[in-house]
Amino acid sequence: MSAAKLNHHAIWTIYLAEMSRMRRTFWQSIATPVITTVLYFIVFGGAIGSRIQHVGGIGYGAFIVPGLIMLTLLTQSVSNASIGIYFPIFTKTIYEILAAPLSALEIVFAYVGAAATKSVVLALIILATATFFTPLHIQHVGWMIAFMLLTAVTFSLFGFIIGIWAQNFEQLAIIPSLVITPLTFLGGAFYSIDMLPQPWRTLNLLNPVVYLVSGFRWSFYGTGEVGVGLSLAFTGMFMAICLTLVWWIFKTGYRLKP
Amino acid sequence: MPPMISVSALRKTYKSGLVALDGIDLEIEKQEIFALLGPNGAGKTSLISIICGTVGIGSGTVRVGGHDITQDYRAARAMIGLVPQEISLDIFATVWNTVAFSRGVFGRRPDPDYIERLLRDLSLWDKRDRRVIELSGGMKRRVMIAKALSHEPEILFLDEPTAGVDVSLRRDMWALVRSLRDKGVTIILTTHYIEEAEEMSDRVGVIANGRILLVEQTAALMRKFGRRKLTLALQHPLAYIPVDLSPWELELEQQGQVLAYAFDANAEDNGIPALLRRMAELGIDFRDLDTSRNSLEDIFVSLVEQTA
Ligand SMILES: Nc1ncnc2c1ncn2[C@@H]1O[C@H](COP(=O)(O)OP(=O)(O)O)[C@@H](O)[C@H]1O
Ligand SMILES: [Mg+2]
Repeated sequence: MSAAKLNHHAIWTIYLAEMSRMRRTFWQSIATPVITTVLYFIVFGGAIGSRIQHVGGIGYGAFIVPGLIMLTLLTQSVSNASIGIYFPIFTKTIYEILAAPLSALEIVFAYVGAAATKSVVLALIILATATFFTPLHIQHVGWMIAFMLLTAVTFSLFGFIIGIWAQNFEQLAIIPSLVITPLTFLGGAFYSIDMLPQPWRTLNLLNPVVYLVSGFRWSFYGTGEVGVGLSLAFTGMFMAICLTLVWWIFKTGYRLKP
Repeated sequence: MPPMISVSALRKTYKSGLVALDGIDLEIEKQEIFALLGPNGAGKTSLISIICGTVGIGSGTVRVGGHDITQDYRAARAMIGLVPQEISLDIFATVWNTVAFSRGVFGRRPDPDYIERLLRDLSLWDKRDRRVIELSGGMKRRVMIAKALSHEPEILFLDEPTAGVDVSLRRDMWALVRSLRDKGVTIILTTHYIEEAEEMSDRVGVIANGRILLVEQTAALMRKFGRRKLTLALQHPLAYIPVDLSPWELELEQQGQVLAYAFDANAEDNGIPALLRRMAELGIDFRDLDTSRNSLEDIFVSLVEQTA
Protein backbone atom coordinates (compact mmCIF):
# COMPACT_ATOMS: atom_id res chain seq x y z
CA MET A 1 0.00 0.00 0.00
CA SER A 2 1.46 3.34 -0.97
CA ALA A 3 1.75 6.10 1.61
CA ALA A 4 -0.57 8.30 -0.45
CA LYS A 5 -3.45 5.85 -0.26
CA LEU A 6 -5.49 6.34 2.89
CA ASN A 7 -6.36 3.39 5.05
CA HIS A 8 -10.09 4.17 4.82
CA HIS A 9 -11.11 1.06 6.61
CA ALA A 10 -9.02 1.86 9.65
CA ILE A 11 -10.20 5.48 9.76
CA TRP A 12 -13.78 4.32 9.59
CA THR A 13 -13.20 1.75 12.36
CA ILE A 14 -11.82 4.35 14.77
CA TYR A 15 -14.48 6.88 13.77
CA LEU A 16 -17.30 4.42 14.46
CA ALA A 17 -15.76 3.32 17.77
CA GLU A 18 -15.51 6.95 18.83
CA MET A 19 -19.09 7.61 17.81
CA SER A 20 -20.30 4.60 19.77
CA ARG A 21 -18.29 5.73 22.79
CA MET A 22 -20.09 9.04 22.52
CA ARG A 23 -23.44 7.31 22.13
CA ARG A 24 -22.91 5.66 25.51
CA THR A 25 -23.09 9.12 27.06
CA PHE A 26 -25.32 10.69 24.43
CA TRP A 27 -28.20 11.71 26.68
CA GLN A 28 -25.86 13.19 29.26
CA SER A 29 -24.01 15.12 26.62
CA ILE A 30 -27.09 16.59 24.97
CA ALA A 31 -28.86 17.28 28.27
CA THR A 32 -26.37 19.93 29.41
CA PRO A 33 -26.32 22.11 26.28
CA VAL A 34 -30.06 21.77 25.72
CA ILE A 35 -30.95 22.73 29.29
CA THR A 36 -28.42 25.56 29.20
CA THR A 37 -29.95 26.84 25.99
CA VAL A 38 -33.44 26.75 27.43
CA LEU A 39 -32.21 28.65 30.49
CA TYR A 40 -30.54 31.28 28.34
CA PHE A 41 -33.74 31.78 26.41
CA ILE A 42 -35.78 32.12 29.57
CA VAL A 43 -33.33 34.49 31.24
CA PHE A 44 -31.89 36.50 28.35
CA GLY A 45 -34.53 36.06 25.69
CA GLY A 46 -37.55 36.29 28.02
CA ALA A 47 -36.70 38.21 31.19
CA ILE A 48 -33.95 40.56 30.07
CA GLY A 49 -34.61 40.47 26.35
CA SER A 50 -38.11 41.91 26.82
CA ARG A 51 -36.43 45.14 28.00
CA ILE A 52 -33.64 45.13 25.42
CA GLN A 53 -35.96 44.88 22.45
CA HIS A 54 -33.74 44.98 19.38
CA VAL A 55 -30.08 44.67 18.64
CA GLY A 56 -29.21 45.97 15.19
CA GLY A 57 -32.78 45.48 14.02
CA ILE A 58 -33.03 41.86 15.22
CA GLY A 59 -35.19 40.68 18.12
CA TYR A 60 -32.94 39.89 21.10
CA GLY A 61 -34.09 36.28 21.32
CA ALA A 62 -33.10 35.70 17.70
CA PHE A 63 -29.91 37.72 18.13
CA ILE A 64 -28.44 35.37 20.74
CA VAL A 65 -29.12 32.15 18.79
CA PRO A 66 -25.88 32.20 16.74
CA GLY A 67 -23.89 33.04 19.89
CA LEU A 68 -25.44 30.17 21.82
CA ILE A 69 -24.74 27.74 19.00
CA MET A 70 -21.17 29.00 18.76
CA LEU A 71 -20.72 28.54 22.50
CA THR A 72 -21.81 24.91 22.19
CA LEU A 73 -19.72 24.30 19.09
CA LEU A 74 -16.56 25.68 20.65
CA THR A 75 -16.81 24.06 24.08
CA GLN A 76 -18.09 20.73 22.76
CA SER A 77 -15.51 20.46 19.99
CA VAL A 78 -12.67 21.10 22.38
CA SER A 79 -13.92 18.80 25.11
CA ASN A 80 -15.01 15.93 22.82
CA ALA A 81 -11.78 15.88 20.91
CA SER A 82 -9.59 16.25 23.97
CA ILE A 83 -11.33 13.44 25.86
CA GLY A 84 -11.36 11.33 22.70
CA ILE A 85 -7.57 11.20 22.52
CA TYR A 86 -6.83 11.64 26.24
CA PHE A 87 -8.82 8.52 27.13
CA PRO A 88 -6.69 6.04 25.11
CA ILE A 89 -3.50 7.73 26.28
CA PHE A 90 -4.66 7.56 29.90
CA THR A 91 -5.70 3.89 29.66
CA LYS A 92 -2.62 3.11 27.51
CA THR A 93 -4.80 1.53 24.83
CA ILE A 94 -3.16 4.02 22.46
CA TYR A 95 -0.45 1.37 21.94
CA GLU A 96 -2.73 -0.31 19.47
CA ILE A 97 -3.24 2.83 17.41
CA LEU A 98 0.50 3.54 17.41
CA ALA A 99 1.37 -0.04 16.38
CA ALA A 100 -1.21 -0.07 13.59
CA PRO A 101 -0.28 0.69 9.98
CA LEU A 102 -1.76 4.18 10.24
CA SER A 103 -0.37 7.56 9.25
CA ALA A 104 -0.67 10.55 11.57
CA LEU A 105 -3.14 12.07 9.14
CA GLU A 106 -5.40 9.04 9.37
CA ILE A 107 -5.36 9.08 13.15
CA VAL A 108 -6.24 12.79 13.14
CA PHE A 109 -9.01 12.30 10.56
CA ALA A 110 -10.65 9.62 12.67
CA TYR A 111 -10.51 11.30 16.09
CA VAL A 112 -11.09 14.88 14.96
CA GLY A 113 -13.80 13.80 12.52
CA ALA A 114 -15.72 12.00 15.26
CA ALA A 115 -15.44 14.90 17.70
CA ALA A 116 -16.50 17.43 15.07
CA THR A 117 -19.46 15.27 14.05
CA LYS A 118 -20.72 15.16 17.58
CA SER A 119 -20.47 18.88 18.18
CA VAL A 120 -22.23 19.63 14.89
CA VAL A 121 -25.04 17.26 15.88
CA LEU A 122 -25.33 19.09 19.21
CA ALA A 123 -25.29 22.48 17.45
CA LEU A 124 -28.17 21.36 15.23
CA ILE A 125 -30.09 20.19 18.30
CA ILE A 126 -29.59 23.63 19.88
CA LEU A 127 -30.76 25.25 16.67
CA ALA A 128 -33.89 23.10 16.70
CA THR A 129 -34.47 23.90 20.39
CA ALA A 130 -34.15 27.61 19.65
CA THR A 131 -36.97 27.49 17.13
CA PHE A 132 -39.34 26.72 20.01
CA PHE A 133 -38.51 30.09 21.58
CA THR A 134 -38.00 32.47 18.76
CA PRO A 135 -38.87 32.60 15.06
CA LEU A 136 -35.73 32.01 13.00
CA HIS A 137 -35.00 32.90 9.44
CA ILE A 138 -31.59 31.91 8.18
CA GLN A 139 -30.39 34.00 5.25
CA HIS A 140 -27.36 32.01 4.12
CA VAL A 141 -27.98 28.38 5.03
CA GLY A 142 -25.00 27.16 3.04
CA TRP A 143 -22.66 29.57 4.78
CA MET A 144 -24.14 28.73 8.16
CA ILE A 145 -23.37 25.04 7.62
CA ALA A 146 -19.93 25.92 6.30
CA PHE A 147 -19.18 28.03 9.39
CA MET A 148 -20.41 25.27 11.66
CA LEU A 149 -18.24 22.63 10.02
CA LEU A 150 -15.19 24.84 9.84
CA THR A 151 -15.49 25.86 13.48
CA ALA A 152 -16.17 22.30 14.63
CA VAL A 153 -13.18 20.88 12.76
CA THR A 154 -10.82 23.67 13.79
CA PHE A 155 -11.68 23.51 17.47
CA SER A 156 -11.70 19.72 17.45
CA LEU A 157 -8.15 19.90 16.17
CA PHE A 158 -7.40 22.30 19.01
CA GLY A 159 -9.04 19.87 21.46
CA PHE A 160 -6.99 17.00 20.04
CA ILE A 161 -3.84 18.95 20.89
CA ILE A 162 -5.15 19.73 24.40
CA GLY A 163 -5.93 16.02 24.93
CA ILE A 164 -2.35 15.03 24.09
CA TRP A 165 -0.89 17.88 26.13
CA ALA A 166 -3.02 17.31 29.25
CA GLN A 167 -1.52 15.13 31.95
CA ASN A 168 -4.58 14.92 34.16
CA PHE A 169 -8.30 15.55 34.14
CA GLU A 170 -7.94 19.05 35.58
CA GLN A 171 -5.74 20.17 32.73
CA LEU A 172 -8.23 18.60 30.36
CA ALA A 173 -11.09 20.70 31.73
CA ILE A 174 -9.16 23.92 32.18
CA ILE A 175 -9.10 25.13 28.55
CA PRO A 176 -12.84 24.81 27.82
CA SER A 177 -13.89 26.32 31.14
CA LEU A 178 -11.19 28.92 31.66
CA VAL A 179 -10.49 30.01 28.10
CA ILE A 180 -13.22 29.09 25.64
CA THR A 181 -16.29 29.95 27.71
CA PRO A 182 -15.06 33.37 28.94
CA LEU A 183 -13.87 34.37 25.49
CA THR A 184 -17.22 33.37 24.02
CA PHE A 185 -19.12 35.41 26.60
CA LEU A 186 -16.88 38.41 26.00
CA GLY A 187 -16.86 37.80 22.28
CA GLY A 188 -20.37 39.07 21.67
CA ALA A 189 -22.36 35.87 21.99
CA PHE A 190 -25.10 37.72 23.88
CA TYR A 191 -24.62 41.30 22.78
CA SER A 192 -23.20 43.26 19.90
CA ILE A 193 -19.66 44.33 20.65
CA ASP A 194 -20.70 47.72 19.26
CA MET A 195 -22.65 48.06 22.51
CA LEU A 196 -19.43 47.94 24.58
CA PRO A 197 -17.85 51.18 25.83
CA GLN A 198 -14.28 51.97 24.85
CA PRO A 199 -11.59 50.76 25.42
CA TRP A 200 -13.26 47.33 25.83
CA ARG A 201 -14.62 47.43 22.35
CA THR A 202 -11.21 47.82 20.72
CA LEU A 203 -9.60 45.42 23.16
CA ASN A 204 -12.17 42.80 22.27
CA LEU A 205 -11.00 42.87 18.68
CA LEU A 206 -8.10 40.78 19.98
CA ASN A 207 -10.56 38.14 21.09
CA PRO A 208 -10.63 35.48 18.37
CA VAL A 209 -14.15 34.36 19.22
CA VAL A 210 -15.50 37.78 18.12
CA TYR A 211 -14.70 36.86 14.54
CA LEU A 212 -16.32 33.45 14.78
CA VAL A 213 -19.54 34.70 16.33
CA SER A 214 -19.75 37.67 14.03
CA GLY A 215 -19.29 35.64 10.86
CA PHE A 216 -21.75 33.03 12.06
CA ARG A 217 -24.32 35.71 12.91
CA TRP A 218 -23.89 37.15 9.44
CA SER A 219 -24.88 33.79 7.94
CA PHE A 220 -28.14 34.05 9.88
CA TYR A 221 -29.10 37.71 9.52
CA GLY A 222 -26.79 39.21 6.94
CA THR A 223 -25.28 41.60 9.49
CA GLY A 224 -22.15 41.35 11.58
CA GLU A 225 -19.72 43.58 13.41
CA VAL A 226 -16.69 42.46 11.44
CA GLY A 227 -16.50 41.34 7.84
CA VAL A 228 -17.20 37.74 6.81
CA GLY A 229 -13.89 37.62 4.99
CA LEU A 230 -12.07 38.47 8.18
CA SER A 231 -14.03 35.80 10.05
CA LEU A 232 -13.05 33.15 7.56
CA ALA A 233 -9.46 34.31 7.43
CA PHE A 234 -9.19 34.13 11.18
CA THR A 235 -10.66 30.62 11.42
CA GLY A 236 -8.44 29.47 8.59
CA MET A 237 -5.39 30.87 10.33
CA PHE A 238 -6.23 29.19 13.62
CA MET A 239 -6.74 25.91 11.78
CA ALA A 240 -3.33 26.28 10.14
CA ILE A 241 -1.71 26.83 13.55
CA CYS A 242 -3.43 23.74 14.96
CA LEU A 243 -2.41 21.64 11.95
CA THR A 244 1.19 22.74 12.39
CA LEU A 245 1.11 21.77 16.04
CA VAL A 246 -0.40 18.36 15.24
CA TRP A 247 2.27 17.79 12.59
CA TRP A 248 4.93 18.66 15.16
CA ILE A 249 3.37 16.30 17.75
CA PHE A 250 3.55 13.34 15.40
CA LYS A 251 6.96 14.28 14.08
CA THR A 252 8.55 14.42 17.53
CA GLY A 253 6.34 11.79 19.14
CA TYR A 254 5.56 14.32 21.89
CA ARG A 255 3.82 12.45 24.74
CA LEU A 256 2.64 9.78 22.30
CA LYS A 257 5.87 7.85 21.78
CA PRO A 258 8.67 7.90 24.34
CA MET B 1 15.51 -16.24 2.61
CA PRO B 2 16.11 -12.86 4.28
CA PRO B 3 15.52 -12.75 8.03
CA MET B 4 12.00 -11.92 9.23
CA ILE B 5 13.33 -9.27 11.56
CA SER B 6 16.66 -7.62 11.29
CA VAL B 7 17.93 -5.05 13.74
CA SER B 8 21.25 -3.37 13.28
CA ALA B 9 23.22 -0.88 15.37
CA LEU B 10 20.07 0.08 17.26
CA ARG B 11 20.61 2.59 20.03
CA LYS B 12 17.88 4.16 22.10
CA THR B 13 18.30 6.97 24.58
CA TYR B 14 15.14 8.05 26.41
CA LYS B 15 14.42 11.72 27.01
CA SER B 16 15.58 11.21 30.59
CA GLY B 17 19.04 10.53 29.16
CA LEU B 18 18.91 6.84 30.00
CA VAL B 19 20.50 4.60 27.38
CA ALA B 20 18.06 1.69 27.15
CA LEU B 21 19.53 0.02 24.07
CA ASP B 22 23.22 0.23 23.42
CA GLY B 23 23.95 -1.08 19.94
CA ILE B 24 21.65 -4.01 19.25
CA ASP B 25 22.26 -6.33 16.29
CA LEU B 26 19.81 -9.15 15.93
CA GLU B 27 18.27 -11.33 13.25
CA ILE B 28 15.21 -13.46 13.69
CA GLU B 29 14.23 -16.07 11.13
CA LYS B 30 10.80 -16.80 9.79
CA GLN B 31 8.77 -19.30 11.77
CA GLU B 32 11.06 -19.51 14.75
CA ILE B 33 10.15 -19.02 18.37
CA PHE B 34 12.67 -16.59 19.71
CA ALA B 35 13.02 -15.80 23.41
CA LEU B 36 14.56 -12.55 24.55
CA LEU B 37 15.89 -13.43 27.97
CA GLY B 38 17.10 -10.84 30.42
CA PRO B 39 16.57 -9.34 33.87
CA ASN B 40 14.22 -6.46 34.58
CA GLY B 41 15.41 -3.25 33.01
CA ALA B 42 17.55 -5.04 30.42
CA GLY B 43 15.78 -3.32 27.53
CA LYS B 44 13.49 -6.13 26.34
CA THR B 45 10.34 -4.02 26.27
CA SER B 46 12.18 -1.10 24.71
CA LEU B 47 13.48 -3.30 21.91
CA ILE B 48 10.19 -4.88 20.96
CA SER B 49 8.32 -1.57 21.37
CA ILE B 50 10.63 0.03 18.84
CA ILE B 51 10.15 -2.84 16.38
CA CYS B 52 6.37 -2.57 16.80
CA GLY B 53 6.32 1.22 16.45
CA THR B 54 5.08 2.24 19.91
CA VAL B 55 8.41 3.73 20.96
CA GLY B 56 10.42 6.03 18.71
CA ILE B 57 13.50 4.53 17.07
CA GLY B 58 16.70 6.13 18.30
CA SER B 59 19.44 5.45 15.78
CA GLY B 60 20.12 2.35 13.70
CA THR B 61 17.87 0.41 11.39
CA VAL B 62 15.10 -2.12 11.86
CA ARG B 63 13.55 -4.16 9.08
CA VAL B 64 10.48 -6.30 9.36
CA GLY B 65 9.89 -8.72 6.50
CA GLY B 66 12.40 -6.66 4.54
CA HIS B 67 10.49 -3.39 5.15
CA ASP B 68 12.22 -0.53 6.93
CA ILE B 69 10.07 0.38 9.94
CA THR B 70 10.47 4.13 9.37
CA GLN B 71 10.24 4.45 5.60
CA ASP B 72 7.87 1.59 4.96
CA TYR B 73 6.04 1.52 8.26
CA ARG B 74 2.70 0.45 6.86
CA ALA B 75 4.00 -2.77 5.35
CA ALA B 76 6.16 -3.48 8.40
CA ARG B 77 3.45 -2.91 11.01
CA ALA B 78 0.78 -4.77 9.07
CA MET B 79 2.78 -7.95 9.66
CA ILE B 80 2.98 -7.56 13.43
CA GLY B 81 0.70 -8.43 16.32
CA LEU B 82 1.73 -7.16 19.76
CA VAL B 83 0.72 -8.31 23.24
CA PRO B 84 2.24 -5.71 25.59
CA GLN B 85 3.50 -6.47 29.06
CA GLU B 86 0.66 -4.63 30.77
CA ILE B 87 -3.02 -5.22 30.20
CA SER B 88 -4.51 -2.12 28.64
CA LEU B 89 -8.05 -2.37 27.36
CA ASP B 90 -11.10 -0.19 26.86
CA ILE B 91 -12.96 -1.68 29.80
CA PHE B 92 -16.37 -0.52 28.59
CA ALA B 93 -16.15 -2.27 25.23
CA THR B 94 -17.40 -5.83 24.75
CA VAL B 95 -14.92 -8.60 24.00
CA TRP B 96 -16.21 -9.03 20.47
CA ASN B 97 -16.15 -5.30 19.73
CA THR B 98 -12.66 -4.69 21.03
CA VAL B 99 -11.25 -7.62 19.04
CA ALA B 100 -13.12 -6.58 15.89
CA PHE B 101 -11.87 -3.02 16.46
CA SER B 102 -8.25 -4.20 16.45
CA ARG B 103 -8.76 -5.96 13.14
CA GLY B 104 -10.32 -2.87 11.64
CA VAL B 105 -7.56 -0.58 12.87
CA PHE B 106 -5.10 -2.75 10.97
CA GLY B 107 -7.15 -2.11 7.88
CA ARG B 108 -8.49 -5.65 7.50
CA ARG B 109 -12.02 -6.39 6.31
CA PRO B 110 -14.33 -7.78 8.99
CA ASP B 111 -14.21 -11.59 9.15
CA PRO B 112 -16.68 -12.84 11.77
CA ASP B 113 -15.74 -16.48 11.11
CA TYR B 114 -12.10 -15.81 11.84
CA ILE B 115 -12.89 -13.82 15.00
CA GLU B 116 -15.19 -16.61 16.16
CA ARG B 117 -12.44 -19.22 15.71
CA LEU B 118 -9.99 -16.98 17.50
CA LEU B 119 -12.31 -16.43 20.46
CA ARG B 120 -13.07 -20.15 20.65
CA ASP B 121 -9.36 -21.02 20.60
CA LEU B 122 -8.81 -18.64 23.49
CA SER B 123 -11.86 -19.85 25.48
CA LEU B 124 -13.43 -16.42 25.09
CA TRP B 125 -16.40 -17.41 22.99
CA ASP B 126 -18.82 -17.55 25.93
CA LYS B 127 -17.66 -14.13 26.99
CA ARG B 128 -17.94 -12.44 23.60
CA ASP B 129 -20.79 -10.13 24.63
CA ARG B 130 -19.40 -9.34 28.04
CA ARG B 131 -17.81 -6.02 28.70
CA VAL B 132 -14.11 -6.20 29.45
CA ILE B 133 -14.64 -4.70 32.92
CA GLU B 134 -16.56 -7.85 33.92
CA LEU B 135 -13.69 -10.22 33.09
CA SER B 136 -11.04 -11.68 35.39
CA GLY B 137 -7.38 -10.80 34.95
CA GLY B 138 -6.63 -14.02 33.08
CA MET B 139 -9.55 -13.46 30.73
CA LYS B 140 -8.38 -9.92 30.07
CA ARG B 141 -5.00 -11.27 29.09
CA ARG B 142 -6.70 -13.65 26.67
CA VAL B 143 -8.50 -10.66 25.18
CA MET B 144 -5.13 -8.93 24.71
CA ILE B 145 -3.89 -11.99 22.80
CA ALA B 146 -7.05 -12.13 20.70
CA LYS B 147 -6.61 -8.47 19.79
CA ALA B 148 -3.01 -9.05 18.76
CA LEU B 149 -4.05 -11.97 16.52
CA SER B 150 -7.19 -10.31 15.15
CA HIS B 151 -5.53 -9.18 11.93
CA GLU B 152 -3.79 -12.51 11.26
CA PRO B 153 -0.24 -11.23 11.77
CA GLU B 154 2.81 -13.07 10.46
CA ILE B 155 4.81 -12.08 13.52
CA LEU B 156 3.60 -12.17 17.11
CA PHE B 157 5.32 -10.36 19.96
CA LEU B 158 4.57 -11.50 23.51
CA ASP B 159 6.06 -9.26 26.20
CA GLU B 160 6.43 -11.24 29.45
CA PRO B 161 3.46 -13.42 28.50
CA THR B 162 3.31 -15.53 31.63
CA ALA B 163 3.97 -12.92 34.31
CA GLY B 164 1.14 -13.39 36.79
CA VAL B 165 -0.66 -15.91 34.61
CA ASP B 166 -2.41 -19.02 35.93
CA VAL B 167 -1.52 -22.56 34.89
CA SER B 168 -4.39 -23.08 32.49
CA LEU B 169 -3.75 -19.89 30.58
CA ARG B 170 -0.07 -20.70 30.45
CA ARG B 171 -0.81 -24.11 29.00
CA ASP B 172 -3.30 -22.70 26.48
CA MET B 173 -0.89 -19.99 25.51
CA TRP B 174 1.94 -22.39 24.79
CA ALA B 175 -0.38 -24.62 22.80
CA LEU B 176 -1.48 -21.60 20.81
CA VAL B 177 2.08 -20.43 20.25
CA ARG B 178 3.08 -23.83 18.89
CA SER B 179 0.06 -24.06 16.61
CA LEU B 180 0.74 -20.55 15.32
CA ARG B 181 4.30 -21.48 14.60
CA ASP B 182 3.10 -24.53 12.69
CA LYS B 183 1.04 -22.17 10.55
CA GLY B 184 4.17 -20.18 9.73
CA VAL B 185 3.97 -17.41 12.32
CA THR B 186 7.20 -16.08 13.79
CA ILE B 187 7.02 -15.60 17.55
CA ILE B 188 9.17 -13.40 19.74
CA LEU B 189 8.65 -13.53 23.48
CA THR B 190 10.44 -11.82 26.32
CA THR B 191 10.99 -13.36 29.70
CA HIS B 192 13.19 -13.24 32.72
CA TYR B 193 12.57 -16.91 33.49
CA ILE B 194 15.17 -19.22 32.07
CA GLU B 195 12.73 -22.14 32.35
CA GLU B 196 10.31 -20.35 30.11
CA ALA B 197 12.94 -19.68 27.47
CA GLU B 198 14.02 -23.31 27.65
CA GLU B 199 10.51 -24.71 27.49
CA MET B 200 9.26 -22.62 24.61
CA SER B 201 11.89 -21.25 22.33
CA ASP B 202 14.01 -22.49 19.45
CA ARG B 203 16.60 -19.81 20.01
CA VAL B 204 17.41 -17.53 22.87
CA GLY B 205 18.95 -14.05 22.87
CA VAL B 206 20.35 -13.02 26.22
CA ILE B 207 20.10 -9.29 26.85
CA ALA B 208 21.40 -7.17 29.72
CA ASN B 209 22.01 -3.43 30.06
CA GLY B 210 20.79 -2.77 26.56
CA ARG B 211 23.18 -5.21 24.91
CA ILE B 212 22.74 -8.65 23.43
CA LEU B 213 25.26 -10.87 25.22
CA LEU B 214 24.71 -13.93 23.09
CA VAL B 215 22.29 -15.61 20.75
CA GLU B 216 22.18 -19.41 20.81
CA GLN B 217 20.04 -22.37 19.92
CA THR B 218 18.14 -23.11 23.11
CA ALA B 219 19.54 -26.62 23.41
CA ALA B 220 23.10 -25.38 23.00
CA LEU B 221 22.55 -22.64 25.56
CA MET B 222 21.20 -25.13 28.05
CA ARG B 223 24.19 -27.40 27.48
CA LYS B 224 26.46 -24.51 28.20
CA PHE B 225 24.69 -22.92 31.07
CA GLY B 226 21.75 -25.06 32.03
CA ARG B 227 23.63 -26.90 34.72
CA ARG B 228 21.83 -28.13 37.75
CA LYS B 229 23.05 -28.68 41.23
CA LEU B 230 22.35 -31.69 43.40
CA THR B 231 22.67 -30.99 47.11
CA LEU B 232 22.84 -33.81 49.62
CA ALA B 233 22.32 -33.08 53.32
CA LEU B 234 24.50 -35.58 55.11
CA GLN B 235 23.68 -37.60 58.21
CA HIS B 236 27.19 -37.07 59.55
CA PRO B 237 29.39 -34.13 58.55
CA LEU B 238 32.48 -34.89 56.49
CA ALA B 239 35.86 -33.30 57.15
CA TYR B 240 36.97 -33.72 53.55
CA ILE B 241 35.75 -35.23 50.30
CA PRO B 242 36.87 -38.87 50.01
CA VAL B 243 39.25 -39.53 47.13
CA ASP B 244 36.84 -42.15 45.77
CA LEU B 245 34.38 -39.36 45.00
CA SER B 246 36.84 -37.14 43.17
CA PRO B 247 35.56 -37.94 39.62
CA TRP B 248 32.38 -36.01 40.44
CA GLU B 249 34.19 -32.81 41.43
CA LEU B 250 31.99 -32.36 44.46
CA GLU B 251 32.02 -29.47 46.83
CA LEU B 252 31.60 -29.56 50.56
CA GLU B 253 29.38 -26.85 52.00
CA GLN B 254 28.05 -25.73 55.37
CA GLN B 255 30.89 -27.04 57.53
CA GLY B 256 30.83 -30.42 55.83
CA GLN B 257 27.13 -31.02 56.31
CA VAL B 258 26.20 -30.67 52.64
CA LEU B 259 27.67 -32.23 49.52
CA ALA B 260 27.01 -30.38 46.28
CA TYR B 261 27.29 -31.84 42.79
CA ALA B 262 26.92 -29.69 39.66
CA PHE B 263 25.76 -31.71 36.68
CA ASP B 264 24.64 -31.28 33.12
CA ALA B 265 20.89 -31.83 33.03
CA ASN B 266 20.89 -32.47 29.31
CA ALA B 267 23.67 -35.04 29.27
CA GLU B 268 22.98 -38.66 28.41
CA ASP B 269 24.48 -39.72 31.72
CA ASN B 270 24.32 -37.10 34.43
CA GLY B 271 26.43 -39.18 36.82
CA ILE B 272 23.94 -39.17 39.67
CA PRO B 273 23.14 -42.92 39.90
CA ALA B 274 26.83 -43.81 39.98
CA LEU B 275 27.51 -41.14 42.60
CA LEU B 276 24.76 -42.38 44.87
CA ARG B 277 25.92 -46.01 44.51
CA ARG B 278 29.49 -45.08 45.34
CA MET B 279 28.36 -43.08 48.38
CA ALA B 280 26.37 -46.06 49.60
CA GLU B 281 29.45 -48.28 49.20
CA LEU B 282 31.45 -45.78 51.24
CA GLY B 283 28.77 -45.68 53.90
CA ILE B 284 28.03 -41.97 53.48
CA ASP B 285 24.35 -41.57 54.32
CA PHE B 286 22.23 -38.54 53.53
CA ARG B 287 18.94 -37.51 55.04
CA ASP B 288 17.73 -35.17 52.31
CA LEU B 289 18.42 -34.26 48.68
CA ASP B 290 17.49 -31.44 46.47
CA THR B 291 18.22 -30.25 42.96
CA SER B 292 18.23 -26.70 41.74
CA ARG B 293 18.89 -25.01 38.47
CA ASN B 294 21.39 -22.37 37.59
CA SER B 295 19.54 -19.11 37.87
CA LEU B 296 19.56 -16.41 35.27
CA GLU B 297 21.94 -14.54 37.54
CA ASP B 298 24.40 -17.46 37.46
CA ILE B 299 24.28 -17.37 33.69
CA PHE B 300 24.96 -13.65 33.60
CA VAL B 301 27.84 -14.06 35.98
CA SER B 302 29.42 -16.70 33.80
CA LEU B 303 28.71 -14.74 30.62
CA VAL B 304 30.26 -11.61 32.01
CA GLU B 305 33.26 -13.64 33.15
CA GLN B 306 33.59 -15.10 29.65
CA THR B 307 33.35 -11.78 27.83
CA ALA B 308 35.61 -9.98 30.29
N1 LIG C 1 9.55 5.74 28.71
C1 LIG C 1 10.72 5.62 29.35
N2 LIG C 1 11.42 6.70 29.74
C2 LIG C 1 12.60 6.59 30.37
N3 LIG C 1 13.17 5.43 30.69
C3 LIG C 1 12.52 4.30 30.35
C4 LIG C 1 11.27 4.33 29.66
N4 LIG C 1 10.87 3.06 29.45
C5 LIG C 1 11.82 2.27 29.99
N5 LIG C 1 12.82 3.00 30.52
C6 LIG C 1 14.05 2.50 31.15
O1 LIG C 1 14.77 1.79 30.17
C7 LIG C 1 15.39 0.64 30.73
C8 LIG C 1 14.91 -0.59 29.98
O2 LIG C 1 13.54 -0.78 30.27
P1 LIG C 1 12.69 -1.91 29.59
O3 LIG C 1 12.92 -1.88 28.13
O4 LIG C 1 11.30 -1.77 30.06
O5 LIG C 1 13.36 -3.22 30.20
P2 LIG C 1 12.77 -4.70 30.39
O6 LIG C 1 11.55 -4.83 29.56
O7 LIG C 1 13.87 -5.60 29.95
O8 LIG C 1 12.47 -4.86 31.84
C9 LIG C 1 15.00 0.63 32.19
O9 LIG C 1 16.06 1.21 32.92
C10 LIG C 1 13.78 1.50 32.26
O10 LIG C 1 13.67 2.13 33.51
MG1 LIG D 1 9.63 -5.30 30.09
